[in-house]
Amino acid sequence: MAGEISAVALLLRVRIERRAANPAVFVLDVSLDIPPGITILFGTSGSGKSTLLDCIAGLVPPDAGQIKIGDAIVFDSENRVNVPPQRRRIAYVFQSLALFPHMTVEENVAYGLPHLPLDQRTARIGEVLQAFRVENLRERRPAEISGGEKQRVALARSLVTLPRVLLLDEPLTGLDAELKASIVDDLRAWIAAQKIPVLYVTHTREEVDALGERVVVLDHGRVVNQGAPHEVLDAPRRKKLAQVAGFENLLDATVVELREIDGVMRVRLAESSSEIEVPLGYAATNDRVKIAIRAGDILLATQYPSGLSARNILEGKIVSLEPRGSVIVARVQAGVAFTAHLTPGAACALELTAGKPVWMVLKTHSCHLISE
Amino acid sequence: MQSLLLSIRLAACVSTILLVVGLPLAYWLAYSRWRGKFLVESVVALPLVLPPTVLGFYVLVALGTQGPLGRFWQAAFGHGLAFTFTGLVFASVLYSLPFAVQPLIASFESIDHKLLDASAVLGAGALRTLRRVILPMSAPGVVTAIVLSFAHTLGEFGVVLMVGGNLPGSTRTISIDIYDHVESLEYAEANRLALILLVFSFVVLSIVYGVNRRIGRRVWAPWPAK
Repeated sequence: MAGEISAVALLLRVRIERRAANPAVFVLDVSLDIPPGITILFGTSGSGKSTLLDCIAGLVPPDAGQIKIGDAIVFDSENRVNVPPQRRRIAYVFQSLALFPHMTVEENVAYGLPHLPLDQRTARIGEVLQAFRVENLRERRPAEISGGEKQRVALARSLVTLPRVLLLDEPLTGLDAELKASIVDDLRAWIAAQKIPVLYVTHTREEVDALGERVVVLDHGRVVNQGAPHEVLDAPRRKKLAQVAGFENLLDATVVELREIDGVMRVRLAESSSEIEVPLGYAATNDRVKIAIRAGDILLATQYPSGLSARNILEGKIVSLEPRGSVIVARVQAGVAFTAHLTPGAACALELTAGKPVWMVLKTHSCHLISE
Repeated sequence: MQSLLLSIRLAACVSTILLVVGLPLAYWLAYSRWRGKFLVESVVALPLVLPPTVLGFYVLVALGTQGPLGRFWQAAFGHGLAFTFTGLVFASVLYSLPFAVQPLIASFESIDHKLLDASAVLGAGALRTLRRVILPMSAPGVVTAIVLSFAHTLGEFGVVLMVGGNLPGSTRTISIDIYDHVESLEYAEANRLALILLVFSFVVLSIVYGVNRRIGRRVWAPWPAK
């Protein structure tokens, strides 16, 4: 087998501007090399994942850039090359699957092979139906088969054409883990034989773990990270300073202990003996880090609270209380100065006054680790 | 009876031509992204709001020996178009255009666009997509278009009177015939023909609404079905 099929990568340089109503303009600007094998495109909805796939498939023309499959250029804005989707030999499985409802499973799978002689066509269809375990459904229509079966048929229909690239837009959403895993195994087996680049879009973490050799993280139309899944997605729950603008509490701290199994770490707040638990981040013991906490995420109690799921309870004293709009801003000294927000009703019910001892409750995931 | 057969012949010609002309027109109107598309949509819908006499008047002018179409026809075939069956077909095609095009547009537009994308990605060009995906999925719309343009042509009066006049065997359609009978106070004869038209129209509309109901979504009908 080795050397028989030359492995071909997909090279992308794509820029597209979309004038949406709100916010004014969405810009997708991506430069990527996708090697053969499965690459996960990970990102929240609206990060530009589907638009990128549409560009690669030729359904949406980028404003500028170049798309190459190996040496074959399918799009080049400078040389005005734009190969239509029909001739790109790129398979695309949509989230909605888009099976033709008026055709049987077999007719659906045969749709991409009109020019093949009948015997070859029959052989190819039989092979792919078998590979995706849907042979027994040949005569059924999409409305008559289950969700998982539809997903298998959609994969079979795309792959029967022996595409140069496979694009998958969340094709396995809504399936339970076991079913998903079995479809993924069949898909992986097929791809291993073909050695083609596969771009698999998802926004769920489990699929990344189940599938990915590589993951590319897309955020607001830009690639923000790429690499092996555990490198890219485990450590950096770290935010940029700009993202925590408006966080009232910004605290210096030193890492005391990493507890990777629990996905948390303990940090000591600067110039105090108070320790809190925060989500695990890229950091080693004794590293100096910054922690951001919203004033609205801090709970105040007048007695030592018990029976809580929150892991961080800090003892302190009220320094001042001042009303601001509909909230009361409480300054609390707990080795370090904190700012907490509470409603006037709550302040009244707790009979809070300056100098009163209080306990602050912080959920682990309300503490955001930020990079310098 | 001669007038009924003439009307049926006219309606059959018109709905056949409208299917041939209407399919590409509706395809273009449903999928084009041209910004001036609304102008064409308005022109297609004009016969819905124009009095038949207005439409008939302009068609008559165009078909007459001084009109562009009439002169061309005169040169090519040696006779004019006004007050002929062929002239009637021209006028009726225009008059029934929206009744063929709008149901087609409605059913084309109701097809999930992802299916068309899927077809393209699987290598199918526009014609194959039309033949294998769009048309089979819009069969109810095609039926509605044929039936409505047939029925609408069968019942027209004003345009025929303007363009065709009243020549037995070539332009005297059933509705003109009814008018004639009433004018000459032959109410029994008028009633017989009117009843045929009434029953026929009812059957046709039942087919349209029945199709709409059976497929569970609305295709298009002259006014909304409950």
